[in-house]
Amino acid sequence: MSHDLLVRLILLLPLAGAVLLGVLPLFMPALRRREGLIGTIGTSVVVIPFAIATYLFVSYGGDPVTVSYFTWMEAAELSVDFAYRIDELSLIMTLIVTGVGGVIHLYSAGYMHGDPGFWRFFAYLNLFIFAMLNLVLANNLVVLFLGWEGVGLCSYLLIGFWYTDLKNSAAANKAFIVNRIGDFAFLMAMFLIFSELGSLSFDVLLTDAASVLSAETIDYIVLLLFIGATGKSAQIPLFVWLPDAMAGPTPVSALIHAATMVTSGLYLLARMSPIVLETEVVMMIIAVVGALTAIMAATIAITQNDIKKVLAYSTVSQLGYMFMAAGVGAFFVAIFHVLTHAFFKACLFLGSGSVIHSMEHVEHDLEHEGEDVSDFDPQDMRTMGNLQEYMPSTGWTYFIATLAISGIPLLAGFFSKDEILFKAFEYGYDGNTYAMFVWVVGVITAALTAFYMTRSYYLTFMGEERWPLADKIHPHESSWKMTVPLWILAGGSLVTGFLGLPAVIKDGKWNWIHHYLGANYGGPVAEASVSAHVPGSLEWGLIGLSSAIAVGVFFFARSMYLSQGIAFDVSLKERLGGLYELWEHKYRWDDFYDNVVVEALINQISRDGLAPFDSKIVDGAVNGLAGATQESSSLLRRIQTGVVQNYALALVFGVVLVIGLMIFGG
Amino acid sequence: MDLSQAFSTMAADLPAIFSMSVVTVAGLVMILQESLSENDRPIPWIGVGALAVAVVWELVHLGDPAGTAFFESIRTGGFASYINLIVLGSGIVTIILSVPYLDHIKHAYGEVYAMIMFATVGMLMLGTANSLVSIFVGLETMSVCLYVLTGLIREDEGSVESALKYFLLGAFSTGFFLYGIALMYGATGTMYLPEMQGAVPEGSIMFWAGVALFLIGFLFKVSAAPFHMWTPDVYQGAPTPLTGYMSTASKAAAFASLILVLFYALPDERWSLVLSAVALVTMIIGNVLAVSQDNVKRMLAYSSIAHAGYVLVALAAGTTEAYAGAMFYLLIYAIMNLGAFGVMAMLEWDGKEGRVQSLDSLAGIGHEKPLLGVAMGVFMFSLTGFPPLGGFMGKYAVFAPAVDAGLTWLVLIGVLMSAISAYYYLRVVVVFWLADAEDTPEAQAASRSFVFAGIPVKATIALCAVALVVLGVYSGGLLEMTFGFFEEGMMAATP
Repeated sequence: MSHDLLVRLILLLPLAGAVLLGVLPLFMPALRRREGLIGTIGTSVVVIPFAIATYLFVSYGGDPVTVSYFTWMEAAELSVDFAYRIDELSLIMTLIVTGVGGVIHLYSAGYMHGDPGFWRFFAYLNLFIFAMLNLVLANNLVVLFLGWEGVGLCSYLLIGFWYTDLKNSAAANKAFIVNRIGDFAFLMAMFLIFSELGSLSFDVLLTDAASVLSAETIDYIVLLLFIGATGKSAQIPLFVWLPDAMAGPTPVSALIHAATMVTSGLYLLARMSPIVLETEVVMMIIAVVGALTAIMAATIAITQNDIKKVLAYSTVSQLGYMFMAAGVGAFFVAIFHVLTHAFFKACLFLGSGSVIHSMEHVEHDLEHEGEDVSDFDPQDMRTMGNLQEYMPSTGWTYFIATLAISGIPLLAGFFSKDEILFKAFEYGYDGNTYAMFVWVVGVITAALTAFYMTRSYYLTFMGEERWPLADKIHPHESSWKMTVPLWILAGGSLVTGFLGLPAVIKDGKWNWIHHYLGANYGGPVAEASVSAHVPGSLEWGLIGLSSAIAVGVFFFARSMYLSQGIAFDVSLKERLGGLYELWEHKYRWDDFYDNVVVEALINQISRDGLAPFDSKIVDGAVNGLAGATQESSSLLRRIQTGVVQNYALALVFGVVLVIGLMIFGG
Repeated sequence: MDLSQAFSTMAADLPAIFSMSVVTVAGLVMILQESLSENDRPIPWIGVGALAVAVVWELVHLGDPAGTAFFESIRTGGFASYINLIVLGSGIVTIILSVPYLDHIKHAYGEVYAMIMFATVGMLMLGTANSLVSIFVGLETMSVCLYVLTGLIREDEGSVESALKYFLLGAFSTGFFLYGIALMYGATGTMYLPEMQGAVPEGSIMFWAGVALFLIGFLFKVSAAPFHMWTPDVYQGAPTPLTGYMSTASKAAAFASLILVLFYALPDERWSLVLSAVALVTMIIGNVLAVSQDNVKRMLAYSSIAHAGYVLVALAAGTTEAYAGAMFYLLIYAIMNLGAFGVMAMLEWDGKEGRVQSLDSLAGIGHEKPLLGVAMGVFMFSLTGFPPLGGFMGKYAVFAPAVDAGLTWLVLIGVLMSAISAYYYLRVVVVFWLADAEDTPEAQAASRSFVFAGIPVKATIALCAVALVVLGVYSGGLLEMTFGFFEEGMMAATP
């Protein structure tokens, strides 16, 4: 079959699903309750594209295929088509988006059961898949930007899905607006590229840009793209929206805020890797920002009690890891970690959803028993414990994913994370000192990761039952629609690591993902070349070190939380004192944004700073002139009603400005 | 000039003013109908019919080559037809929205519609003017009608106050404008735009001072800062559909005229710095002050100031691509703003033309009126510049050429400001859809009597929303066309 048609199908099926599920039930309320039908349509328009993508993947010949549908905008030199690109990178991303996406759609059919907005939810999810596919398949920056903004919109709609809760719509707003700051940088980068290069198509961009553009221009372009990526992929300083975004339904957290959308910043950098590699300064910024984000988020995660918040900060931290990889020029490793992370983090989120679901039933039962449940939080790990006994599937899959993310040898996370650390070390070994700093931070973060994830597993699934009336009320395992996806994702967390076996084995010949994506082997993803190679024995030593750290920390945290439970948090807090408090308060980023950015910059300047500028300053100047005629009216009244003279005075001020600039400025 | 030929030449030029004539005649017929017949019902529809005829005429002539008529007083051809279409289309939308609105506020006088027609004539002349005199005549015809329309609700203090402000400040700025024309004529000895370029004496301060004063008149009309002070008061005080009209058609015509002046009449790009500075201040003032507005009409007033700033960025760039982008932007902007003011007109219930009503009083209105709610969502996202809506294409079309022309710093501020704008536009969507009427005391008013939005109104608003989606996804031809106006104009610049 022609690629033309297949790509069209991949893109249009989710769009058709979104339109169908969004519009029909809006006008036919009877349809809204047909959950089976809605769930089937919603899921199949993602699974069929997955099948098509698999076919494309298997039949891929090694040369990028581009398809172009119609011209989007055209003026003078600018010509932008709706054009899409099939190559190794976009195929892997498409498989992740539709594969993990399909599984999460199935899960959602169980999770959202009985929600009055069931149809709306699936319409938004399908729209998200459509936007995300535009993002990863685009053959030019403008279509990519369309997807980029589209996923932001869907994320906004889905975070605020339960909008009746004011907190949720505030979180949705925050996500949208913070992301607009990143998008501003993205737009500027696009303007710059177009102005300097005359094209936004990847065909031109990836082949010519590095030779045509000046070094300074590349610095600016890559920096702007990276700022764009910090918004979408939740890095310092724009990460603050992601933890709040957990207000959305849990499948959304898994799909958008763990597996797919938040990794689009990495995708962007990997896609642009031939250009990114040209600028050492920005690479350093990327790596250092990634490292700082990783360790900061990991320390916050230790102090969180909300099971989803732990996972949210963990996601921020893992994204930081991926940026570390990008910053040391190992873009294919970043994508490798995107892949493994998609499995284990989606598994963890869906597992937490399953837990929350059953804790909500516990809450319901408690209410039935006449208990006061106003303080009961179904997401708080302090009210859980010993759930493994009641929810074996959820517990086991969560355990597997926990081991994977902690970097226990032979699971998915071990391979990808170790590869990141190794690449950082290698780059540092080659003489880039900042990479050594990144490596050290990465190793510490790895230990922290193993700690907080083990903590979350043992607090949730082991130990004593801490909810009220625990002897009478028992949680239940979720339905098959939810457990089957969990097992699929847990399976992925077990095996996907083998796609990227480290270089010590067979000289890296078995590192499939490297051979598939790497530019050295004909793929689209460039990488930094290193001259000084790390000796094999040292490399084995590094692998041993990270394995030892992961296993050691796992057993330490296991024994502490098994024996002491939440009491260990208290003693931890006592021992760490102010540091722990700083972590608990999330390094006061939110306070900073609330007080400085929102309050001072936006509210103060707009409400009190500039607004009076329109009347007050002018008013002060006019007092002498117009005082005689204005005796009767109070100052306040003059400010509020906007006296014409003041306006005229501003006009005269403008006249002076314009004439002055025209005569003396030209 | 051989006068014996004058009449035959003028007769041959009549098609050039077809739209102006049709609209003028229709306006006169409407006044006659008002005074001679008891039945006022058909009056607005006479207007819509005449405007529609003119629209068809201009559509047919959209591909014509550029030229002039009436002894080079006005321009003809694609550019003229394009700007006329924006003006005429805005007129149609405004009349359709005004019918139920003016009924609702009990001010459905026939003269109102006639005034809209005459204002339209002024704009048609302004947007196609080829000499300083035609610019002035068009500008004043338009402005006088708009002063009257602003003060339509005579017994209301707020409406009268805003009309008076508009008139006084407008008259003030016209003074500068005329003086500027006088100086420009004095320095060059010609009123015709294309002739001026070659006639400017080297280093003439008189000429450039004249240009400065002349620009001020325009900057006032398009509400660029610091000449914007009247805008929030007037937009808030005027009847809402007419505010929409003022903020779109009059600005489009004024910008089109300004582009013609910059393109044909002014020799070097000495004005670029002035326009950059004004664009900078305008974008900042408009966006930052919009953030703190509680009243949607006032917010939209600041928003329209901000958008004038974006267009000025393109004008400051001064390349043909930038002018083409600005022309494209004017179309998109007209659609977005007409739609947004249209929705607000249909959602008023405070009995004061929405002057007092706060945004919060519309909590959850989207669920009550889904069509208006969805359309407003489209308008707000489009104003934010969200792809794939028209607003994104428009912003792209004005900003990208400006970067090309070396105004990166200005575009940087512009894009940053438009990122801030997401804050206030999104708030409207949030209140419409995500806020709950039961939690909002302001939305609990006992008597919420909305304007009755019939099929024509709903269809018009829906059409605006659909147009934004379509133009966002498939606008290639249009952008290319606006570019053509100037490429061709380059060649025809020196007749």
